[in-house]
Amino acid sequence: MSRSGWITVAACALVLLALDVLLPRVLNPYYATIVIRIGIAVIAAVSLQLVNGFTGQFSIGHAGFMAVGAYVSAAFSVYVGAGWLEAFAAVLPGPLARVAYYPMALAAGGVAAAVAGLVVGIPALRLRGDYLAIATLGFAEVIRIAILNVDAVGGARGFSVAAADHPGADLRFEGFGTVYAVALVTIVVISRLVYSSGGLSFRAVREDEVAAASIGVPATRVKVEAFVVASFFAGVAGALFAHSEGYVHTNSFAFLRSFELVVFVVLGGLGSITGAVLAAAVLTAAPELLRGLGEWRMVLYSLLLIVTMLVRPQGLLGTRELGFDWLRRRLG
Amino acid sequence: MHGRWRVGLALAMALAVAACGREQTSGAGATGPIRVGHFASLTGDTATFGRSTDNGIRMKIEEVNARGGVLGRPLELVTEDDRSITEEARTTAQKLVQRDEVVALLGEVASSRSLAAAPEAQRARIPMISPASTNPRVTQVGDYVFRACFIDPFQGAVMAKFARETIGAKRVAILFDFKQDYSVGLADFFRKTFQSMGGEIVADERYTSGDIEFRAQLTKIRGTRPDAIFVPGYYTEAGLIAKQARELGITVPLLGGDGWDSTRTLEIGGSAVEGDFFSNHYAADSDSALVREFVEKYRAKYGEVPDAMAVLGYDAAGILVDALARAGTTDGPKLRDAIAATKDYPGVSGTISMDPQRNARKDAVVIEIKDGGFHYKQTVPAF
Repeated sequence: MSRSGWITVAACALVLLALDVLLPRVLNPYYATIVIRIGIAVIAAVSLQLVNGFTGQFSIGHAGFMAVGAYVSAAFSVYVGAGWLEAFAAVLPGPLARVAYYPMALAAGGVAAAVAGLVVGIPALRLRGDYLAIATLGFAEVIRIAILNVDAVGGARGFSVAAADHPGADLRFEGFGTVYAVALVTIVVISRLVYSSGGLSFRAVREDEVAAASIGVPATRVKVEAFVVASFFAGVAGALFAHSEGYVHTNSFAFLRSFELVVFVVLGGLGSITGAVLAAAVLTAAPELLRGLGEWRMVLYSLLLIVTMLVRPQGLLGTRELGFDWLRRRLG
Repeated sequence: MHGRWRVGLALAMALAVAACGREQTSGAGATGPIRVGHFASLTGDTATFGRSTDNGIRMKIEEVNARGGVLGRPLELVTEDDRSITEEARTTAQKLVQRDEVVALLGEVASSRSLAAAPEAQRARIPMISPASTNPRVTQVGDYVFRACFIDPFQGAVMAKFARETIGAKRVAILFDFKQDYSVGLADFFRKTFQSMGGEIVADERYTSGDIEFRAQLTKIRGTRPDAIFVPGYYTEAGLIAKQARELGITVPLLGGDGWDSTRTLEIGGSAVEGDFFSNHYAADSDSALVREFVEKYRAKYGEVPDAMAVLGYDAAGILVDALARAGTTDGPKLRDAIAATKDYPGVSGTISMDPQRNARKDAVVIEIKDGGFHYKQTVPAF
């Protein structure tokens, strides 16, 4: 990365830290929650875009990996991390202690989800099309029901991300600097992955798996790679979800959530990172913005989806990117 | 480039200003209506729960307004739908507290959604009364969280008392759903109470929600010759268990909890559930004047017999109105203290007092299944 690239990254980090500290003080918590949810939806949608949009594998089980990330990081925080955070908080001011601690909790969730992605991906990605879709859906449900049977994370009662024996450790966060920093990292990593020369193999597999294999692209390996990277970021999104909500329940990761993520990706345009970002942001905010309509709000929401797909069957942005040339020049 | 930066910055600031500038003055004001928030599952998996509680609450609020409101001000109910989604329960609670500036929150029925939303009420120091979340952990979130129903352990104890004292059972078998927190809780407290009253648990069998075959457990139970069988599950399995028990020649009564409170129990169980009993929050055919009046008014307004959720919604709103009048203010901490001090409030679901853990202490009723319908059997007082 060039010098100006590093300066941009450092500037972004500073702005985000400032936002993290300042915005919760001035912004109404209701709006803050929605802004955080948008950030998390962006991370999950962009990561799914790698699998569904760029590698052409139709996965409808992404919420399962969010669940793994959410529960593993929550359990890590409650049973292990709370003590560490308390130790950090003793020597550092609150926000900094959390900035020091969160990467560990997020990594725990991300790595666990990546491992789950590897275990699921190796057998599942030998399937194609509809069969793969059904297999991913099945795995996501298996994960969810397995979690439901683990008593240490609350089972059917849900799991509160709070450690009663460490009163000095506030595991929840309200600032969205953390979320948006992770979102930025996700976007940069995945765009550099798919728009690099090595990333051509993802798109080669998407366009024609047999042709790609004939010129030496290891198709299954490429697919598993995409799946593992996507699972990692889904796990991180899940970890952020658990820590911002403060309470996780397996109902939040049922197949409807997976489906919602697929809608983000398809509506944004299969093969467009900025499209996924745009769709995730608009569709996460929409149910709240439409509250004024009372019981008609979900009807309008659904109509919005139908009309968009009729008018733009290729998604909002198709396979194009919005203003990415500029960002890539800066970071490259 | 710089021009674009400036435009972006200006946009961001405009957004921030717009977002912060939306502060209204209503809840704290002294003249306008007092806003009460209700977050409920009006759509989604458990839509019937939310619709029933909303009907009950709306009826109470209209009654109070017809009498001139409370503290000289009318009440205004703001209901938000959480689509039966856990995290949306939290957003709706935040929306009601922050944007509508409600003085108190009513909701939710599902314990998981109450657990997700309760920290927001606690943090904003706005009292929250859940009409029907029976899981003990809900009110443990903080001292601003209350409930208008009894908790799972109480029902287990009620049925143990009923079995021992009314039926005169000495030997009881238990068949519970070990994957449902609810069922495990009821079974635990039934066991404890029944044994402390000198009874004997002769069999302790288990099943899982979704099972359809219970003959193995029932055959074992039959061998122990119990006087009654306690089945603290939900209506689908309870109906099937009753059917299979009768097929195996077991004639002793089956006992259940409020999970049986559904017409589906009668549809699935048919003649097999005749003569069985279960505990509930209220009985529609009770001889109490309060219940009769409520049922009549509800039927006239909504065209159906109120279920337990409607009653609990009505009582949750009633507790709040009662506390508002006693507090003399809409101030969160003072209102909280008033709700905590609720004593002998005459609710439709019984006379309600708040215990120190912020759970409603009140009587339970036992319902008998007779002639293909639910009939009031007796009241088991709080203890």
